Amino acid sequence: MSDPTSMLRTGPAVATLPCEACSIYRSAQLKKLGVRIDRADHVVALAGNPNTGKSTLFNTLTGLRQHTGNWPGKTVTRAEGAFAFNGRRYRLVDLPGTYSLLSTSPDEQVARDFLLFAQPDVTVVVADATRLERNLNLTLQVLEITNRVVLCVNLMDEAQRHGLVVDTRQLGRDLGIPVVGTAARRGQGLSELLHAIEDVATRRVQCQPIRLPEPPPALRQAIQDLVQQLHRIYPDLPNARWVAMRLLAGDESILNAIRTGELAAVTGLSTGTTKAETRASHETARPDDSHA
Amino acid sequence: MPETADKALSSEVAELLRTVQQYRQRIQADLHEQVVAAIYAHAEQIAARAVCSSVGPKRPTLDQKIDRIVTSRLWGFPIMFALFALMFWITISGSNVPSAFLAEWLVERGHPWLRDLTLAWGWPDWLRGLTIDGMYLATAWVVSVMLPPMAIFFPLFTLLEDLGYLPRVAFNLDALFRKAGAHGKQAMSLMMGFGCNAAGVVSTRIIDSPRERLIAILTNNFSVCNGRWPTQFLMATLFVGALVPAPWSSLAAAGAVTGVALLGVLMTFVVSWALSRTVLKGQPSAFSLELPPYRPPRVWQTLYTSLLDRTIFVLWRAVVFALPAGALIWLSANVHIGNDTLAAHLVRTLDPVAIWVGLNGVILLAYVLAIPANEIVIPTILMLTVVVTGQPEAGAGAGVLFEVEDQNVLRTLLVQGGWTTLTGLNLMLFSLLHNPCSTTLYTIYKETGSWRWTLWAALLPTAIGLSICFLTTCLYRACT
Repeated sequence: MSDPTSMLRTGPAVATLPCEACSIYRSAQLKKLGVRIDRADHVVALAGNPNTGKSTLFNTLTGLRQHTGNWPGKTVTRAEGAFAFNGRRYRLVDLPGTYSLLSTSPDEQVARDFLLFAQPDVTVVVADATRLERNLNLTLQVLEITNRVVLCVNLMDEAQRHGLVVDTRQLGRDLGIPVVGTAARRGQGLSELLHAIEDVATRRVQCQPIRLPEPPPALRQAIQDLVQQLHRIYPDLPNARWVAMRLLAGDESILNAIRTGELAAVTGLSTGTTKAETRASHETARPDDSHA
Repeated sequence: MPETADKALSSEVAELLRTVQQYRQRIQADLHEQVVAAIYAHAEQIAARAVCSSVGPKRPTLDQKIDRIVTSRLWGFPIMFALFALMFWITISGSNVPSAFLAEWLVERGHPWLRDLTLAWGWPDWLRGLTIDGMYLATAWVVSVMLPPMAIFFPLFTLLEDLGYLPRVAFNLDALFRKAGAHGKQAMSLMMGFGCNAAGVVSTRIIDSPRERLIAILTNNFSVCNGRWPTQFLMATLFVGALVPAPWSSLAAAGAVTGVALLGVLMTFVVSWALSRTVLKGQPSAFSLELPPYRPPRVWQTLYTSLLDRTIFVLWRAVVFALPAGALIWLSANVHIGNDTLAAHLVRTLDPVAIWVGLNGVILLAYVLAIPANEIVIPTILMLTVVVTGQPEAGAGAGVLFEVEDQNVLRTLLVQGGWTTLTGLNLMLFSLLHNPCSTTLYTIYKETGSWRWTLWAALLPTAIGLSICFLTTCLYRACT
């Protein structure tokens, strides 16, 4: 688990037979389930800036035809679909595209509340390879909320055309999560992405994401204090530090969630996801595990 | 036991909130700013290590060159108008032939065939009237009038959307929105409204200030939606296109549709401006708008999805509403009160009001019937016109929709029903400026959570529409 390379293992490293290294073989493992989101083993959220191809990816994986458009603000509510890969069923939630998770517009709240309260098993942050720096802003914010993240650097074909080379390995090492380069419109890199999702969902790969630098000492005491209190009230809250930071920044919607008891309600709900996970882990080993 | 647990919890929550309050008072610096700054610095550092650019100092890319033209002060608006006019022209000139073809098969041949068939089966008159003369004909009309323009217009619009042109339109309009005291992102919901107002209202969620969001919601109806395009196309073809010599008629019609769409945009600005100075006072907030790179649209997929998602969807909605409407119209034409049919009574009651605004009772009644969906305005108007003017040579009995070979017959029929160029023009205007359909109103209620604003959204455009129609009527009558 502590082996730093283990978290970078994506598809090719896991596969052992020649067939399994071939993307055609692996893509064939994908079953598009459309809207049949019942009996899902894992919940996967798609987050990312507007216009990075989230909806395209969502459509490719689920076989649904969620309308895509080349402009920011196309998706403002969340769409849900499902797919199966390697015998596991995944519920895929397409969140509205946002530049940050810190403001109060309704579309950003939809995205943030889902990550914070519904606690998906894997969050795939879809980033635009041609505008990586700005997309990393959101990625870092997501990493503050949840550990289990896969970064999908999409639009690699466009980046190539602009003469940009994105080193996904370096990114993976810096961020401490699996990073996969894709060109979703052409279906490139999808099998690697699916494997990365599977690895994180089954906890075969442990993410050790970087955190923002330590807050100034004046704040450290405050955060520690609040985290302790939060843990006492909401034992299941996995991102107490982030919640504490938001409380100190005077985030009205988080304050409200505490006042109305919403936070208590949703942290209680999170056990539902855990049940799904336990069921999944009791399943028999995957076929290609036996080859390994 | 649960009660005491609850009590303990709430006291802990209260303590938590108190602690937060205490710390917040003690912390001087803006924590939010600090966090954002830290995130940005971090992202920059990581991106610098991971991205390497093989091209030297940046030259303006093709995208930037195109953007410089399509968003320029000089060319931005003319290009925008030209593109939209071109789209309307292709739609109007392209849909004539398939429309006539569909009308021939569905109405001219299909309807008598079905009548004969049900006659042979021995259906009673009322049943045949209700189903074949009412429901079937209304639906056949919807399909033949609406399918061709929709099948051309929607793919064109979707192609433009996939290309990435819409954010440029938003960029062009941004300055105007700011002057109107509204949010620049309203341009996005406005564009969305050109597809469907209910969707446009939902898309205002990208605006974070509640004041500006309300402005965007209240003015979304000024974008001509799916259901209203057919009215625009048909009226422009019949009445505006007929004003000029034949070779120019589709161009003139396209110009008229562009004009109405632009008037809608103008109304958006005027009403936004008025709202932000009266009931919704405040300063416009700043925001950043990303101009995404142009992406070559995947033509076949676009055609496929826009045909399925939009064309068939709209058509289906129209059919679903046309079926009961067709039955209702047939009934109203066959239920007699005194000497006259119910339809004639209703139309005659509305006529005096309608004359004032250059419309007629048929149109107003059609708009009352069409509250669930704008899509059935045209079929309803056509059927009611036959019913009321009683033109047996065109139709096949009371409440039966006539059979038309081409649009000349259609025009003749409407003219016989007392229509003038003014009626056609005012119908185009009223179609733009009237209450939103019930779906949109319900969406507005859900998004605003307020009956008051929903009522505003319904009454404001209707009042404006009636006043503008009144004005054009006065002008027209003064000139002729």
